[in-house]
Amino acid sequence: MSTLIEAVDLKQHYPVRQGLLGRQTAAVKAVDGVNLRIHRGEVLGLVGESGSGKSTLGRNLMMMERPTSGAVLYEGSDLAGRSHKALHPYRRKMQMVFQDPFSSLNPRMTVEDSLTMPLRFHQPELSAAQRRDAAAETLERVGLPRSMITRYPHEFSGGQRQRIGIARGLIVRPEFMVADEPVSALDVSVQAQVLNLFSEIRESLGLTLLFVTHDLAVVGHIADRVAVMYLGQIMEIAPTRALFTAPKHPYTETLLSAAPQPTVGARGARIPMKGEPPSPLSPPSGCVFRTRCSHATPECDAAHPELRSRAPGHLSACIRDDISLVPAVSDRPTSPRRKQSA
Amino acid sequence: MTTPSSSTTDPVLSVRDLTIRFKARGRETPVVHGIDFDIHGGETLALVGESGSGKSVTSFALMRLLPDARHCTIEGQVNIGGVNLLELTERKMTSVRGPKIAMIFQEPLTSLNPVHRVGDQIAEAIRYHRKMTRAQIRDRVLELLTLVGIPDPERRMSAYPGAMSGGMRQRVVIAMALALEPDLLIADEPTTALDVTVQAQILELLRDIQNRTGMAMLFITHDFGVVAEIADRVMVMYSGRIVEEGRLEDVLTQPRMPYTQGLLSSVPRLEDAGLRTGALGTIEGFVPTAGNLPDGCSFHPRCPHARPGVCDTAMPALEPHGRPDHPVRCLRIEDIAASDMEDLSV
Amino acid sequence: MSAISDAPARRPSPLRVFTGPRMRKFMRHRLAMLGLIMIVGLTLTCFFGPYLLPYDELYIDLRARFSPPLTENHILGTDPLGRDIAARLFSAGQISLTVGFTAMVLSTLIGTVIGLVAGYFGGWTRTGLMRIVDAFLSFPSIFLMLTLAAFLQPSPTMITLIIAVTSWMEVARIVEAEVRGQASRDFTAAARMIGAPHWWIMLREILPNVTGPIIVAATLTVARAILLEAYISFLGYGIQPPLPSWGNMLNNAQQYLESAPWLAIVPGVAITMAVTSFNFIGDGLRDALDARSVK
Ligand SMILES: Nc1ncnc2c1ncn2[C@@H]1O[C@H](COP(=O)(O)OP(=O)(O)OP(=O)(O)O)[C@@H](O)[C@H]1O
Ligand SMILES: Nc1ncnc2c1ncn2[C@@H]1O[C@H](COP(=O)(O)OP(=O)(O)OP(=O)(O)O)[C@@H](O)[C@H]1O
Ligand code: SF4
Ligand SMILES: [Mg+2]
Ligand SMILES: [Mg+2]
Repeated sequence: MSTLIEAVDLKQHYPVRQGLLGRQTAAVKAVDGVNLRIHRGEVLGLVGESGSGKSTLGRNLMMMERPTSGAVLYEGSDLAGRSHKALHPYRRKMQMVFQDPFSSLNPRMTVEDSLTMPLRFHQPELSAAQRRDAAAETLERVGLPRSMITRYPHEFSGGQRQRIGIARGLIVRPEFMVADEPVSALDVSVQAQVLNLFSEIRESLGLTLLFVTHDLAVVGHIADRVAVMYLGQIMEIAPTRALFTAPKHPYTETLLSAAPQPTVGARGARIPMKGEPPSPLSPPSGCVFRTRCSHATPECDAAHPELRSRAPGHLSACIRDDISLVPAVSDRPTSPRRKQSA
Repeated sequence: MTTPSSSTTDPVLSVRDLTIRFKARGRETPVVHGIDFDIHGGETLALVGESGSGKSVTSFALMRLLPDARHCTIEGQVNIGGVNLLELTERKMTSVRGPKIAMIFQEPLTSLNPVHRVGDQIAEAIRYHRKMTRAQIRDRVLELLTLVGIPDPERRMSAYPGAMSGGMRQRVVIAMALALEPDLLIADEPTTALDVTVQAQILELLRDIQNRTGMAMLFITHDFGVVAEIADRVMVMYSGRIVEEGRLEDVLTQPRMPYTQGLLSSVPRLEDAGLRTGALGTIEGFVPTAGNLPDGCSFHPRCPHARPGVCDTAMPALEPHGRPDHPVRCLRIEDIAASDMEDLSV
Repeated sequence: MSAISDAPARRPSPLRVFTGPRMRKFMRHRLAMLGLIMIVGLTLTCFFGPYLLPYDELYIDLRARFSPPLTENHILGTDPLGRDIAARLFSAGQISLTVGFTAMVLSTLIGTVIGLVAGYFGGWTRTGLMRIVDAFLSFPSIFLMLTLAAFLQPSPTMITLIIAVTSWMEVARIVEAEVRGQASRDFTAAARMIGAPHWWIMLREILPNVTGPIIVAATLTVARAILLEAYISFLGYGIQPPLPSWGNMLNNAQQYLESAPWLAIVPGVAITMAVTSFNFIGDGLRDALDARSVK
């Protein structure tokens, strides 16, 4: 599989100014040395707790924000050093879907205006009628009737707005899409519709997707591979099934064991998360997870664990190879569950 | 976990025919339509439903926190200890909130006052209701902070909410709610804004406290995962009505109402992670807006089992249909049960 | 998707600010409606009234000096030179209202552009521009205006410009705050992502979302501008006689306050009416357009 987009030692530090003179006293290391490859055509899930830097990483890959240092390689060519103008051709190839269905659409623009807007800048040769056609087609693509094209966002429900947001991303036929918590604001039944839509479009359009979420069940459902982030760093990357059945990093273990499951008898044995989340202004020395890790040893204070290969395609940033971790699910075929005929 | 000794003891809370209507522009919009339920001591009843189904409005009504009579009318009975709260004066009600019934809200950020120290905020709740000396109150605050698992409570007492993480703040909110040892704790999505790791801790904490104090709990959520973690019994709400009620394992494993079935099939399962199990089950259409409910069963426009001429004519009642501990509101329940049997035999 | 109704879509109106619940809300605002009626009446009277009068504003009739209101054809009386006050009031109103409106348009333009740029770009751009706003605000504007008026040829155009230059800061502040909020919303990020140029995002994406507050600020600015014009003219630095303006009519009336009070009362009432009307309308618009108050 070829790499479509790659982050190389990517860092995004936000200066924090304090005091009368507004001197820079510290920095939030929102993304701190991330190395990540996203293969063409795959769905990479990105999970982690609030503040771990998932959105920031997504924005960096999209060049919505220039990273403090490091490179973003799109098909091998670096985007981070490019001028605003030189980025323009890439803008069409990379699109984003946002979390909040209420703020991601302009309330004063009709669906048509929102959808045709990207075409104005990327396919100026199209006539207004052609743009309109393309918009109507894309709207149908995401499961909304053409006739709704003249409506305003406030006339739609949250799930419908999210579909429109996806349509706006799709209209320029991107290769790569970042979806930042696209279903977090939705009710379960609506969430299922939008997830199905994502599965369907990535299949039929061959889209490469970075799917950011904090919901492990959602990521398990949609992703081919999953990256786990903590305090700006990637702790573990693995094929989805491997991550859930044989986690190699203590943080993944803890996170998975905390996920609530709608099954009777799931209640109970937890790997407790120790202590409190460290301030992003002063992350722990050594392994950033060591203050909360139940497997930490004195070596962890000094170590700077790098992502290492632990199994085929399975990377973990933990120095301890000797521990065996509790998986979230055992690797036996599950009983087929009842599906509602739709 | 204590199992409810249902019929033998009197319930802590008994709600009868609770109806809530909002008034706006001269129109009354019913939002909750005559719901009934009981909660016993030591028991957790989960109220599940999608956004707008009326969960929060119900809980606010129990606490009498809804807008005044000009903007909304509440009918029915909310009985706690033989008293109907809906008939109390506002003054009497203040003495009920706290010792009898307490509530935790969804937003840990907004339920604490940012300009007061957390210790003082908890102390305030105690001072109002109990005659205690300063030292006694201080001890009680320390005890509560320890109970909710706040490390170093002596120091944390004098911290401001802004200096605490979301999880710690929610613990403080829980400590405040528990300050007067309420018989009933209402928790309205107390973990929705929190990370899963923190959520797991808070749920564990609530279970633990319940085991120790034997309080009853009404737990509102839209997450079936959380329901499985905390509930003894489950009530599913749709458009202001209870559509199914039963013991946790019954509702999760043998949902009877097509709506509950649809909801459960739309939840991605952790055990299927990475298996590419195909499309999730969905429920077509949208939750109808209050005041625009369809005729007949409110769910029929979205229901895969709906029959014209049957489901759009009469509102089904919440009835046992052969299983007294698992009533359901559906007109075609017998037919659906039969077709399910066929499915299984295939 | 059978889920969504295929009902014919509602026709979008280009002036959506003024349709539906907002319009109704505005109409329910009694004072605002009163203000609107008064201002429309006043404007129509000032611009069409002169055609119904037998005299023009410069016609001097020395035999009819100091006629009190309702004498013969002089409904509002005459001034010390025997000129018809109604005629003078109307033509003064034309000038005063025009100056007020034009000053409002100019200052709203300046304020909107500065607020838009400052709010959208943020950072140093914002800091720099808002410092300028603060500087203008901290300078006593009446003093600035009088200084300017004393040095420059006081024609109506000049007065308009002077008022505009000293009253755009309010608008700039309001627009800046609103734009800052809009610029942080995801749809702005989406437009940036697509590579839309800054000017496009500012004008097409953000500006339509801040029209409400701009309209409110503009309405209140008219009131202010009319008052300011009256003020400078009253002090003698504004519109110069024989051209009438409400302000210089008041100025002329000063010496005769006891003998011919109507000379002061008539333009005074006109100014008060215009200013309060615009203030009422502004209040009504603020209530109606406030996003938070409309579901
Ligand atoms: N523009 C910014 N300026 C300063 N700090 C920022 C900025 N954006 C993000 N941060 C900080 O960077 C860290 C990572 O934030 P980010 O939004 O990427 O986290 P996240 O993983 O997406 O969290 P969530 O799940 O809450 O969305 C946080 O500590 C956040 O406060
Ligand atoms: N003060 C109010 N005035 C009028 N209608 C209201 C008011 N509060 C709530 N409603 C309506 O009552 C219905 C139920 O709202 P409620 O907040 O109880 O939903 P919920 O089930 O708690 O949803 P969520 O999961 O989003 O919290 C909604 O249709 C809502 O619009
Ligand atoms: S390196 Fe040490 S502290 Fe970090 S995760 Fe591994 S065991 Fe825990
Ligand atoms: Mg985020
Ligand atoms: Mg609610």
